[in-house]
Amino acid sequence: MNKTLFDKLWDSHRVMTLEGGVDLIAIDRVFLHERTGSVALESIIESGRSPCSPEHVFVTMDHIVSNKPDRHKDDARTPGGDVFITATREAAKKTGINLIDVLDADQGIVHVISPELGIAQPGLTLVCPDSHTCSQGALGVLAWGIGSTDAEHAIVTGTMRVKKPPQMRITVTGILGAGVTAKDLALHIIKTYGAAGAKRCAVEYAGEAVQALSIEERLTLCNMAVEFAAFTAIIAPDETTFNYLEGRRFTPKDEMWQQATAQWKYLITDAAAEFDYDYVIEANDVKPTVTWGTSPAQAISIDSYIPHDADLKALSYMGVTRGENISKLKIDGAFIGSCTNSRLSDLRAAAKVLKGQQVADGVNAICVPGSMAVRREAEAEGLDKIFKAAGFAWGAAGCAFCFYAGGDTFAPGTRVISSTNRNFEGRQGPGVRTHLASPAVVAASAIAGKITAPKGVSS
Amino acid sequence: MMPFTTHTGTAAPLIRDNIDTDQIIPSREMKSVSKTGLSDGMFAGQRYLNDRIENPDFVLNQEIFRGASILLSGKNFGCGSSREHAVWALKEYGFKAIIAESFGEIFYNNCVRNGILCVTLDRTAIAALGDIVTIDLPHQRVDEIPFEIPLGDKQMLIEGLDGIDLTLQNETEISAHFAHDRVIRPWAYS
Ligand code: SF4
Repeated sequence: MNKTLFDKLWDSHRVMTLEGGVDLIAIDRVFLHERTGSVALESIIESGRSPCSPEHVFVTMDHIVSNKPDRHKDDARTPGGDVFITATREAAKKTGINLIDVLDADQGIVHVISPELGIAQPGLTLVCPDSHTCSQGALGVLAWGIGSTDAEHAIVTGTMRVKKPPQMRITVTGILGAGVTAKDLALHIIKTYGAAGAKRCAVEYAGEAVQALSIEERLTLCNMAVEFAAFTAIIAPDETTFNYLEGRRFTPKDEMWQQATAQWKYLITDAAAEFDYDYVIEANDVKPTVTWGTSPAQAISIDSYIPHDADLKALSYMGVTRGENISKLKIDGAFIGSCTNSRLSDLRAAAKVLKGQQVADGVNAICVPGSMAVRREAEAEGLDKIFKAAGFAWGAAGCAFCFYAGGDTFAPGTRVISSTNRNFEGRQGPGVRTHLASPAVVAASAIAGKITAPKGVSS
Repeated sequence: MMPFTTHTGTAAPLIRDNIDTDQIIPSREMKSVSKTGLSDGMFAGQRYLNDRIENPDFVLNQEIFRGASILLSGKNFGCGSSREHAVWALKEYGFKAIIAESFGEIFYNNCVRNGILCVTLDRTAIAALGDIVTIDLPHQRVDEIPFEIPLGDKQMLIEGLDGIDLTLQNETEISAHFAHDRVIRPWAYS
């Protein structure tokens, strides 16, 4: 056999090949959120159509919901945002799909709750009108981000019209060093290949260092694939995956679980399979990494200097200069959250750094867990107390300060260290300067008041 | 959807790499659950100064490019957020085609679904284009320069087809696939 994992998933879901080399691919699950899903659902209703399998369509509220701990069901964090929430709720009821509403115990960021609830499963195809759907490939799901019109198509027809993308494998050899995280690996890869480096490929992450990652870490790695122009990312499911999924709300049970895992074991790339691009990254070369510019590719290790050929526009937006030492930069804000780094292990890593410490004067520090389940688990371990004692705000689940949609955010011109995935101009608010890093680096920087690695982590 | 065959129009150069969908339509400009009313917010961050006064430096505010129907750009145009609002805003403004070095994957597909043609050309070819450009999709030419486009996308655009209607013509094959799959992977339906 010489098929890649991606080939196997693609072929088993191909209904037929249409004219022009486009494949009709069967879609097992669709996930929506209130920001882009609402318009898809309304459009379906207006056109008099309906979902072909409403039981396999899910919608949650994450993007513009309020993150205040005492929020009400229609509260948005952006002015006028409540219409997206109410419209989504109404449309979900009319179309009979699964609604995970603002105040539900399972609410959270779509890419956090889909794995957490066992909606994302190995071997399934899953689409969502959200670019970070690639995260879910961490479980061996063929999951990719689409637009709203395509979401309508997937919901109504149970299929997508899509041309098979080229394929890339990135093998990470060796083992990540102590204190080096999946986030650092993701940034290192994007920095190495550039913001368009994945060339619209489906990217399989493989190798010892990847196999050693927990599911939460794999989700972080896959999350950022879209930031270097991948069609999506995928990791072969293994025992780690099966152990993670067993017993979750939507995973198969009993006899069905046995059947499922028996099939999932074959979801691997055959030894003789070939990729359009086959790259190798040495885990040893990966250091704690932070971005200096306005693209995730503009990243450097935390003890190094802004490059001498750095892009002038990015430098001017970020208020930094060529040759400047990144770890001298004073920060005004710190954010831990987003589908990249807001799961329990992320909060634990940050809390370990924060324990018994205080956020530096003048630093606005915020933590927003990725889901209400993560929030509850963190509270059960007392992590919320550590965050609050250190001076962090402790929010209710959602995308929160990951992106700006109007409403409260960091002030223009402020420098923010953030565990999110995009440092584009204005991403966190007009004029806000975002530096991407791992949760531990965000926590350490919040305490120091400047960009820094946690103590004991050599960079 | 309006079919796209040939088009001649003003081509506005916004030659930069990595123009993401939040620059095309900032999230704060997405005010209602609708595909319309978005063109006013298009490129708002660059197009307006404070109080929504036009920024004279922005290309679309310059007299010859006002109302352009073709946009020229650099690498990775439309990367970032999947929001189709970026395409709806461009379309409502009157853009029919975008010519760039490369495109964000989701943005590209969103364009095809909305009848906007994305043409990939190299940097030198884009730089050499004049203010008025003619695109001939059936013959795959921008002025005299040939370009590549996947056949499926070309057909959708030329015929102005709605993807759902088109796909539902294959309902028999789709049902057969799912019936068969239910037997092979019952767990996926459990
Ligand atoms: S957390 Fe940020 S990147 Fe993730 S889905 Fe929400 S807005 Fe998008």
